[in-house]
Amino acid sequence: MKIGVYVCECGSNIAATVDVEDIVERAKEFPNVEVSRVYKYMCADPGQEIIKKDIEEKGLDRIVIAACSPRMHEPTFRAVLEDKGLNPYVLEIVNIREQVSWVHENKEEGTEKAASLLKGAVLRIALMEPLERKKVGVTHKALVIGGGIAGIQASLDLADMGFKTTLVEKTSSIGGKMAQMDKTFPTLDCSQCILSPKMVDVGRHPNIELLSLSEVVEVDGYVGNFKVKIKKNPRYVLEEKCTLCDDCVPVCPVIVHDEYNQGFAPRKAIYIAYPQAIPASYVIDPDACLGIDPLICSKCKDVCGPEAIDFDMQPEIIEEEYGAIIIATGYETYPIENIGEYGYGTIPDVISGLDFERIISSGGPTGGKILRPSDATVPKTVVFIHCAGSRDPSKHLPYCSKVCCMYSTKHALQYKHVVHDGTAINFYIDIRTAGKDYEEFYQRAAEEDHVIYIRGKVSEVFQDGDKILIKSVDTLTGETVELHADLVVLATGMVPSEGTKEMASLLNVSVGINGFIREAHPKLKPVDTAIGGVFVAGTVTGPKDIPETVSNASGAASRAAGILSQDELEIEGTVAKVEESLCRGCGMCVEACPYSAIELKAVNKYGHTVQVAFVNEALCKGCGSCAAACLNGAINQLGYTDGQILELISALGEQ
Amino acid sequence: MSFEYLEFGKEEKDFIEKIEEISGQNVYSCYQCGKCSAGCAFSSSMDMTVNQLIHLIQLGQKRRVLEANTHWVCASCLTCTVRCPREIDVAALMEAVREYHLREEPEKIIISEIPKKAYDKLPNIALVSNFRKKTG
Repeated sequence: MKIGVYVCECGSNIAATVDVEDIVERAKEFPNVEVSRVYKYMCADPGQEIIKKDIEEKGLDRIVIAACSPRMHEPTFRAVLEDKGLNPYVLEIVNIREQVSWVHENKEEGTEKAASLLKGAVLRIALMEPLERKKVGVTHKALVIGGGIAGIQASLDLADMGFKTTLVEKTSSIGGKMAQMDKTFPTLDCSQCILSPKMVDVGRHPNIELLSLSEVVEVDGYVGNFKVKIKKNPRYVLEEKCTLCDDCVPVCPVIVHDEYNQGFAPRKAIYIAYPQAIPASYVIDPDACLGIDPLICSKCKDVCGPEAIDFDMQPEIIEEEYGAIIIATGYETYPIENIGEYGYGTIPDVISGLDFERIISSGGPTGGKILRPSDATVPKTVVFIHCAGSRDPSKHLPYCSKVCCMYSTKHALQYKHVVHDGTAINFYIDIRTAGKDYEEFYQRAAEEDHVIYIRGKVSEVFQDGDKILIKSVDTLTGETVELHADLVVLATGMVPSEGTKEMASLLNVSVGINGFIREAHPKLKPVDTAIGGVFVAGTVTGPKDIPETVSNASGAASRAAGILSQDELEIEGTVAKVEESLCRGCGMCVEACPYSAIELKAVNKYGHTVQVAFVNEALCKGCGSCAAACLNGAINQLGYTDGQILELISALGEQ
Repeated sequence: MSFEYLEFGKEEKDFIEKIEEISGQNVYSCYQCGKCSAGCAFSSSMDMTVNQLIHLIQLGQKRRVLEANTHWVCASCLTCTVRCPREIDVAALMEAVREYHLREEPEKIIISEIPKKAYDKLPNIALVSNFRKKTG
């Protein structure tokens, strides 16, 4: 056996805290080491060439590289080995950057630590066997969960690339939050006008199967081969028969709050979310309808000409296989009633940003007139409070919700366009307009439409007669200020939706401290998750505006297409392996596995039927939890066998 | 600390419009970066910085604006005007406030009644503004 050791300086990243020359010299004394060298940047082409040359000339059969995290350059160096005919798994990368030089200040201690890690790696790699990468087939079909603008865009992109795509939406129509908005910043395009063509495209695209009123309830399988159960709830109206004639609505006796209009308008128990809804069909709200079990009323059914209403529809479970999944389950607005001092829910004229969208929308409850909720008068002074919930780590949300500066500016500007002699005042902490044409939009609001900006956080609002008294501060003058307003709009922050939380747990993807799904890498893999074949689009990973969501969704679609377009996928060789003769079928490994990759199977052992653990290699991520949990030592983690780990420990324990 | 009550009525709007009319500047253009105050050679002598004064003009706070000494200390050196990133002629705004002040109280200075020896102590800029006011 001939081991080659290569130590990287990474400029001064490593060399400043680790005496690289020293550890290279020490490595020469380690067992089986044929050659030990240092180079400034091992990952650079000349660095790779050094290794290739040594493999060729000295006949090396194991390579140890002390450099940065294997998450950075493992693929680079594996390719070097493969290029020279070595198995890619006889490579060991010792992370002496993130785990040594970047976390230590004392060069002597850093050098000692690097040396013992290096020795462990040399001892461990000596026991390494070449491993094989298995191949699995791919189902050329995508699942997109969530029918907001992110899900719509991802579905359309995949469908246009020729992949069959299922779009699952929980509510009766796709469109999501964007469908509730009146206009979009910074161009003031009508939201529905730019969204509805895409919705129509989804409805008629031959490659898209749209499942509304549906939820993903179970996901099994692995990259390229997911087995998914989708529960399709009954619409009670046959989509293909409904002609949208509206005859059913006048006769329906049940009136409830219309959630599309944020509760400011009534709707019937049979309704269509909004005129542009897709699927273009009415729907019965089973919680409100008097016709569904027991059948008390069937007025809508009696008047329905095309006989589209069926009270006996039942939920159905659809089972389907997919190669890739995109989570696009979006956000909810922060429950601003939690901010007691702002009075949402107790003062009728304190409303949320989304409430304002409906009030100002020409398709909304007031037909586009700006009327305040309490007495339906036109407000003459409107105060917009930024950061309602956001940037408040002590009680609410620690993060900036990113879109509120812009949408409050948009609201103020829209208000001034309707009420010319009105006053629109924004109370802000900072104005953040980082987006194309955003700063210009903000300046235009101030300059052309005389929107007033006061820097300071509102402390409290009170009902004072028919007006609202606002107490705040103007940090530019350093004075506390108070004023009366007719309407207060809170710039509500974004939180992950319930659906996002549910899908994160169902698909086993990790979430960050704020509940948003964690990307595989925040900068370089922004639409991947740690689970192969599962991608994320839009606000599931954090607050985003519409342009960012759309490009994010297109990114997720193209990443998913990277899997769907292949016939076979290679999976990592470092998987768990069960030694059947040692397994006693206790199932502790099944419990320990975070990826549901192990199950017990009945096998015939010496004439007896016994349970033994079986590892699905495509699901296995090589984390080693099962190997650690197994009492009999029946599971070995390939590449990290007990023997190898013991060698590593013995090297680390030498001091 | 007592609360300063903000109103956005006709009086406030009239004040803003008059200042805009005299100066020819859009006071709403100011986004309060403070570069005018930072570069002003006389900031330390002002009881309110230049950007604070502009901010109060934006809010229509006439009384507070006229009470300040900022515009009287201003020597119209134009450093602020040259440096303003929003292309506001800040010195013109200061001049407008001075003019507004003098127009508000036309009887305050009757030139013929100013004693000769007071000329030495009076700020020239105030006198010039006053003469200008007389021209309409």
